[in-house]
Amino acid sequence: MRLLIVDDSNLIRRSIQREIGMEGHEIRTASDGVEALRVYEEFRPDIVTMDITMPKMDGLTCVDEILSRDENARILIISALADKGTAVEAVRRGAHGFLLKPFTSETLATEITEMFVE
Amino acid sequence: MATANATVAMPEDDLKVFVKGTEHFFLHITQLSAEISTPFIKEQSDRVILDFSAVIGISGSQRGCVYYTASREMIVDLLPHFGESDVSDDLLADCVGEIANTISGNAREFLGPNFMISVPVVFCGRPDDVRFPQDAPVFVLPIEWNGHRSSLILCLKKDDDLTPEFNEAVLKEVS
Repeated sequence: MRLLIVDDSNLIRRSIQREIGMEGHEIRTASDGVEALRVYEEFRPDIVTMDITMPKMDGLTCVDEILSRDENARILIISALADKGTAVEAVRRGAHGFLLKPFTSETLATEITEMFVE
Repeated sequence: MATANATVAMPEDDLKVFVKGTEHFFLHITQLSAEISTPFIKEQSDRVILDFSAVIGISGSQRGCVYYTASREMIVDLLPHFGESDVSDDLLADCVGEIANTISGNAREFLGPNFMISVPVVFCGRPDDVRFPQDAPVFVLPIEWNGHRSSLILCLKKDDDLTPEFNEAVLKEVS
């Protein structure tokens, strides 16, 4: 599986990479939405994990941009924004799931597995 | 003398949102409880900034900023709970940014989607003085976790209390 991790926090990118990387998947990372679009075009990942609050381009805008290029993209939002409206808006825009920070390795693994099975 | 007009009090319910959010963060990440002492209004002479700090700018329904500040020792102790063995300054700084971001973002469950948060701005070191906006009280929530002290610092004003002076001060603070 090819996974793109998008988050402006290096700590979170490393944390997700550590959890998922153990399964032997191919992983790339990006620290903002602009970089994520560039890496997406080159890498064509199976799954994207996407933060929302990021510099240069926020995660919801990046979801729009990715889906305009690849309508089959599978994107899991991982964000601290806990209001229900944000999760609903993310799904309305085409995200496949929403994982709230702080997350545990178990909840992350469950979400990624569910997306992979889909 | 207080740094802010104490007549513009932050609602107790809003303070509780941040207390609960802070407790949730530490318990969820570390399985160890954090004790939050009684919040107090920062006096101008209070030196509350520790080794690593992050500030989140707030806009929308409220204006102001949320700081999280901690000692190096505390963040070194916290990083293994994220699975990290690397305790470089870059990751220590990143960690306080993520704490400030998570607590502020989680607050939207109660404060709503118009409580808008910026990306964190992180700084290291203990400056003699950090200027906060002058026309809102600066609340300090002392946090004790695993024998370490850190603080969440809130300087927030409801939209209907806003003045151009306050907005200008916030913009200077987070820029």
